[in-house]
Amino acid sequence: MLEIKNLHARIAEDGTEIIRGLDLTVKAGEVAAIMGPNGSGKSTLSYILAGRDDYEVTEGDILYNGESILEMDPAERAAAGLFLAFQYPMEIPGVATMQFLKVAMNEQRKARGEAELTTPDFIRLVKEAAGSLEISMEMLKRPLNVGFSGGEKKRAEILQMKLLAPKLCVLDETDSGLDIDALKIVADGVNSLRSPDRATIVITHYQRLLDYIVPDTVHVLSKGRIVKTGDKSLAHELEAHGYADIINEAA
Amino acid sequence: MNVQSKLPLTAAETALVEQFGQQFSSLPGNADVVTHRDRAVEAIKVNGLPTRRVEAWHYTDLRRLLSNVPAHDPVAIVDDLDSLVDSATRFVLKNGKIAEEGSVEGISAGSLASALRADVSGVSLGDHGAHDATGLINAAFVTDGFVITAQEGAEIARPVELQSLHGGGQVHTRNVVTIDAGAKLTVIDRHAGNDNPALTTNVTELKLRKDAQVTWITVQEDGAAATHLGQMNVTMDEGAKLTLFIANLSGKLVRQEINADVLGEGAELTFRTVNLIGGDTHCDVTLSLGHLVPHTTSTETVRSVVTGKAQGVFQGQINVDRIAQKTDAQMACNTLLLSDDAGFSTKPELEIFADDVICAHGATVTEIDHNHLFYLMARGISEKTARGLLIKAFVAEIVEELDNEKLVEALETRIDAWLEAHG
Repeated sequence: MLEIKNLHARIAEDGTEIIRGLDLTVKAGEVAAIMGPNGSGKSTLSYILAGRDDYEVTEGDILYNGESILEMDPAERAAAGLFLAFQYPMEIPGVATMQFLKVAMNEQRKARGEAELTTPDFIRLVKEAAGSLEISMEMLKRPLNVGFSGGEKKRAEILQMKLLAPKLCVLDETDSGLDIDALKIVADGVNSLRSPDRATIVITHYQRLLDYIVPDTVHVLSKGRIVKTGDKSLAHELEAHGYADIINEAA
Repeated sequence: MNVQSKLPLTAAETALVEQFGQQFSSLPGNADVVTHRDRAVEAIKVNGLPTRRVEAWHYTDLRRLLSNVPAHDPVAIVDDLDSLVDSATRFVLKNGKIAEEGSVEGISAGSLASALRADVSGVSLGDHGAHDATGLINAAFVTDGFVITAQEGAEIARPVELQSLHGGGQVHTRNVVTIDAGAKLTVIDRHAGNDNPALTTNVTELKLRKDAQVTWITVQEDGAAATHLGQMNVTMDEGAKLTLFIANLSGKLVRQEINADVLGEGAELTFRTVNLIGGDTHCDVTLSLGHLVPHTTSTETVRSVVTGKAQGVFQGQINVDRIAQKTDAQMACNTLLLSDDAGFSTKPELEIFADDVICAHGATVTEIDHNHLFYLMARGISEKTARGLLIKAFVAEIVEELDNEKLVEALETRIDAWLEAHG
């Protein structure tokens, strides 16, 4: 489903290279964990996948279902089925959460040539998805993410993911700032979306999240490259011994 | 006599003087009014229209910007305008003449023209001196308007909608609105016209007596070739509460002056302005607010969206008198600039002579937040739609403060239409 080939990318503003020859393949149905120390390029990778223009790809390619997405803007990528759950979801005053959800769902449907949702259908879908994430309708009346706690923001991201039903989910440090109860709710939300035709990339610093979202593959990112790939036992190994050994070994 | 090197009159100034000569015999008013009108024109003739050298007009050089003035066109065709909210009682002026006069329990209404002929107390053609172009032009040429009083204690549920409509040419109207003690009222004050060249002025005298509560919404939707000069002179007595909301949505050259004096303890002014300024237009909001007694409160928030080659101005002057201790005044001017050729000038001025007050002002000029845009687009919202949502959010925050769902909806519909045309 996703094939990243020899990707090199830098910060557009100052030319600092962050991603240095990254290769990664994620198949449909797979949950891939990307782990790595601070500064290894984890969040940058998620932003580049989503199409943020603060980064420039200088070499290599990103293929999604066999086609390059490098020329697509973030909205086109999202409509094609890519979803990034942000590490730090934006607070946007003045945009009501419900309005945002409706516009997003309908814009994606429009881009795919589907009919817009009726208001009753939309409300029903939101209520269904929100309930299992313990999100109240009261919270959804507030401006988007404004005044939400850290946990509420992460749950709101998963709500969006459920409603938009993407094909490729990228979760950027979704566990950061969550207590164990919130972590379980979020993980249940992600797990409920696991399916043979959907792939998920879980970017995390800690192994903890992977106890709840059990990955099929684990990739270690260091200095902008995948330096080691394994199964879920690799995550435990990292937890037990730290990143240093594996990174040194790869070097 | 002043000794000064006088500039030759511009085409616009000459036209104003000549048109007065042709029109003055048909303008309403008793002998005092006629004298006053004549003095107003004399002031324009002697001083000319204000230039950037006049501090209050520094960012709106009227002499340069007002290149010509059309003649009054009494037979211009004026389109009807639906009420902003269905429930409103309408008072309509077309081309400066009363066309519809609603009737509401608790309100007495009459014509300004009759009042000027009959020497009614409290109704006069005051101005603010030699450089008050808006007041002077209006005093010289005003044809009619409404004199409205909300009677003591009247709680009027349905909004009153004042409409001043034109079909091009010159239109000068003046409304005198008094809210007697304890009365409660919402006024929607609309200014609109077609796209013929126009010069419109409107002066509103608004008096809030003790404990009066007023929500006043001015919606300026003048035509694409219209100059609109508006002036509100407001006084607030003890315990009076006023929410004054001004939306500037169109017009070629717009200036809205607000002179407000907070005269009674416990009075509260909430001043909000939304300016949507696009194309090759100019929009100026100039506020002069006096806190003249102790224990009064005001907040001023101005949100402007400027695009194309448009220029926006906000001048916010707050004067706190020596005796006005415990004044609390908070002013903010936030601007979203959407194009490289657009500009905005903002000038806060606080003159504080009391020593125990809380007064603050802030101004920001920003572009659309890049991070917000990315977040929305990452959810599949196209760039155009995402930008529209963010621009609307910027002004909707202010609109949604209005505690009236119908009104909020009506204003947001207009904002959407503007975004569709300019976003």
